[in-house]
Amino acid sequence: MKAAAFDYHGPATVAEAVALLRESDGMGKAVAGSQSLGPMMNLRLAQPTQLVDLRFLGELRECRDEGAAVLFGAGVTHAAIEDGKVPDPSLGLMPHVAGRIAYRAVRNRGTLGGSLAHADPAADWVNVMALLDAELILAGPDGERSVRAGEFMLGAFTTVLAEDEIIKAVRVRRLGPAARWSYYKFNRKTGEFAEAIAAFVDDPESGVRRAIVGAVDGAPYVIEDASALIDGWSDPAAASALQAAGLVPGSYEYQVHRVALRRAAERLSRPNGAQQ
Amino acid sequence: MTTASDRSSRKGIGASLTRKEDDRFLRGQGNYVGNIRLAGMRDLAFVRSPVAHGRILEIEKPAGREGDVYTIDDLAGVRPILAASGLPGFKRSEQPVLAREKVRHVGEMIAMCIADTRAEAEDLAGETYVDFDELPAVVDMLAGREPGAALLHEHWGDNVFLETHIDADLEDIKARAAIHVHRRLRTARQSMAPMEGRGVVAYWDKRLAQLVVYTSAQMPHINRTGLAECLGLDEGSVRVISPDVGGGFGYKGILLPEEVCVAWLAMHLGHPVRWIEDRREQLVANTNCREHHYDIHAYADRDGRLLAVDCEAHVDSGAYSSYPFSACLEAAQVASILPGPYKMERYRCRTWSVATNKPPILPYRGVARTGVCYAIETIMDAVAAEAGLEPYEVRLRNLVLPQEMPYDNITHKHFDSGDYPEAVRRAVRAIDLPAVRERQRRGEADGRLIGFGLAVFCEQSAHGTSVYHGWGIPMVPGREPAGLRLTPDGILEVRAGVHSHGQSMETTLAQIANEVLGIDPQRVRVVLGDTGTTPYSTGTWGSRSIVMAGSAVGRGCKELRERLLHVGAWLLGEPLDAVRWEEGGVAGTSGRFELAELTRIWYLQPQRLPVDVHVGGLEVHTTYQAQRDSGAFSYACHAVVVAVDPELGKTEILDYAIVEDGGVLINPMVVDGQVYGGTAQGIGTALYEEMAYSEEGQPLASTLADYILPGATEVPSIRIEHMESPAPYTEFGQKGIGESGAIGSAAALASAVNDALKPLGAEVSRMPLSPRAVLEALARSEAATAARAQPEEAFV
Repeated sequence: MKAAAFDYHGPATVAEAVALLRESDGMGKAVAGSQSLGPMMNLRLAQPTQLVDLRFLGELRECRDEGAAVLFGAGVTHAAIEDGKVPDPSLGLMPHVAGRIAYRAVRNRGTLGGSLAHADPAADWVNVMALLDAELILAGPDGERSVRAGEFMLGAFTTVLAEDEIIKAVRVRRLGPAARWSYYKFNRKTGEFAEAIAAFVDDPESGVRRAIVGAVDGAPYVIEDASALIDGWSDPAAASALQAAGLVPGSYEYQVHRVALRRAAERLSRPNGAQQ
Repeated sequence: MTTASDRSSRKGIGASLTRKEDDRFLRGQGNYVGNIRLAGMRDLAFVRSPVAHGRILEIEKPAGREGDVYTIDDLAGVRPILAASGLPGFKRSEQPVLAREKVRHVGEMIAMCIADTRAEAEDLAGETYVDFDELPAVVDMLAGREPGAALLHEHWGDNVFLETHIDADLEDIKARAAIHVHRRLRTARQSMAPMEGRGVVAYWDKRLAQLVVYTSAQMPHINRTGLAECLGLDEGSVRVISPDVGGGFGYKGILLPEEVCVAWLAMHLGHPVRWIEDRREQLVANTNCREHHYDIHAYADRDGRLLAVDCEAHVDSGAYSSYPFSACLEAAQVASILPGPYKMERYRCRTWSVATNKPPILPYRGVARTGVCYAIETIMDAVAAEAGLEPYEVRLRNLVLPQEMPYDNITHKHFDSGDYPEAVRRAVRAIDLPAVRERQRRGEADGRLIGFGLAVFCEQSAHGTSVYHGWGIPMVPGREPAGLRLTPDGILEVRAGVHSHGQSMETTLAQIANEVLGIDPQRVRVVLGDTGTTPYSTGTWGSRSIVMAGSAVGRGCKELRERLLHVGAWLLGEPLDAVRWEEGGVAGTSGRFELAELTRIWYLQPQRLPVDVHVGGLEVHTTYQAQRDSGAFSYACHAVVVAVDPELGKTEILDYAIVEDGGVLINPMVVDGQVYGGTAQGIGTALYEEMAYSEEGQPLASTLADYILPGATEVPSIRIEHMESPAPYTEFGQKGIGESGAIGSAAALASAVNDALKPLGAEVSRMPLSPRAVLEALARSEAATAARAQPEEAFV
């Protein structure tokens, strides 16, 4: 399959990119690593007439350690996070996750912002950023606005991004030194999209005790207070979370998510990174 | 006589010589159809059916571009592909190269669009509108036999290509059998996945008045015959060239309707035309294989000795009969090979090749045997469980014994040689079964369940004329040819009609030449894949090439050696019986002549030759047929240990050992590679691969994100141990092993997973043994324990 015809643009600034998207009148698409949009265009599932390539935007690759948080340019690649080439506010969670996204070839090109904007429920960053309550900075024709990660994704492949907006940066608050995290991904084989994702973060400093149930039909389900699952396992609490995530008891999907959630909870008692 | 010291420097039979072809492959210098660029070449894209079954009401070509879009009505004189089996009762299906009136599977080609680039051709395809009257689809082979099922080929009256019977009266055996086991088993429809898809470039050579077709194919001569038939050309007007081929596995052993279309268009338009298959076309429309259903019974005495096997088998043949192997290749084989390597008193088997609204089923490495091995080994495990024996013990009690070789089995297969029980014993030893059983008893800290499985099988390789004639396929292989020619500087050109798409024929045929002539393999040029330069052959399939072409090359080299000895003796002034062929030259008592000296004299200094020189010169065309054509039977035992996660249903392979007998190994490294590759494919069959369909006949996997193949992380380190019992009827004692790995692996893994699930009372009866299938089986057994009557599907 070859993509349908489109005009290619390689803007030099965010403002220029946004202007191009605005002019494309809904027929434009921004692309960064092209690890999802590229195949979709080749399959002609996506047929933008204007392709706005963000890879020349240096400001999208900048990262800043703000002390209480790290600001990631949306164009940071999975590989840069995996390799520790950018600061890590997450006590190892982000590098752990990054190193298990698809395959290295994909990680070399795929970006944090691209993955979030694509909003595949089975991808990793939509889940991790919701877990960490990250702040997404969106740039549009009227300047910038920020959105909580948990409110960014509306459903499978749909987000609050307007047609002429791009994700510019992602701000991730620094976990306290005593924080613990766990991440459990179930997939058929290494590198495949997840069939179930569950993750926890427990940070005594901030009091955050959050969990997510991911790789569901829509956006990840955020359990804002996961104490009932962290302080000893609670079957009823788990069941209500799983059902709230849209999973149907008795189904295969419910079963694998239930196991993922319980295993993620169990792993929370182990040292960070000793995940397996 | 070979000594230990020169064995390491040997390059002949038995040497693990590095591959000659790797020099270009590893440097990225391979040349595939997709690399070919011809002046004026344009690209083709197909309009493919979005519905599984329907009547075409209207095809609307894009306005203003009507001339660039072709339907079957435009293809004047093109004949449909017809692969009729010679078996009695076979119903013929005509496959028009573009759909005529009806479409019978999603992805069937309806029209073709030509443009300067593939992208523009796809634009045209997207702008071509087809109006259908949709018909109910036959999606399941069992449902397809039910009364009232929709009909694919209406004039048949049903959906059965062919029904076969091997009958026997089992009543007395049923009466006295202490053990009776019964299983219903299903294997998934799969999609072969060679790294390189199909691809065709064709042009009309005006000077030679010849159609030249580059195609990624395993059997260019057969493609040439088929193309000539469909296009109404004489075969002299067609040249087929298969350059480097990136994996075949059976998919490249058929005539594609696309080949006919590209060729016709090139002739019609007068410029080169190209079609390169993309992965979606391959998955959705072109590479389907494997789907079987078994309803199998075994009867045994209380010691687990088989008395009889009784089976009803269905093969989902898809919509059409592919050329040349036909829609019945799988089912015909099922009936004849289901007994496996075992002895039994009685055998009954009925098979049905059922037409469904899915792409035609194609031969895939292991053809039928992968499913058959799974069926018979599952039933052997069941017998073992009933008899209270280790599964390997039941195998040992039923396998043909070495002292019984050669052995004619219940379906008249002539097992030529080997020690089957020894392969089982060695495999069990290699896996350290007592330690596995102990670990199983101990239990795992992570709660996973350990399972041990094994599969033993024999593979009829390089079977010949009588066997294939008996299976009724329209293309029966005969004597296998080879052409050999020495050049004045002593290079040996070997022309063989088989092809190499991973088999390493360029290396192994050169090794055979080295064995006979002592010539350095680097001085042997192996020419393959071009009907213009190689002798007519049915090509590479059925694990036949190293036996058939390898033996032909060996014979040709021996003939050349005789001719050179004659000249050498004359030049040395010695009698013929005083000289011998030694280290690549003629040696006598008074001196020696090297091969390159002899060839130079032969061609350039003929005044020095004897008067009675062989009239054939230094070119030999020879053909080979084994002493008997019933096949060289390789065999193997696969033993595997798995850990199954009972909560997620996921399986990890912990250990894998194979004991394999390929007879005399020409190149053990190449054999290992074949076994590894086949085993990886069997791992896919057992655990991952499934081309599922919706009730409407829509394929549910159209990209490799949905169709899961095993990758490097899913294929474990596999230990291979070789036994080498020479085949009694082949030139060097070699046996074919090309398919072996793909035959036993799926069965061994199923056996292992079910062994792991046994403590929970669960058994998976279908492939792949995916997490979903394992969890369903567990839920069923839980439900069965809790209550008695439960629905079929455990998950909603």
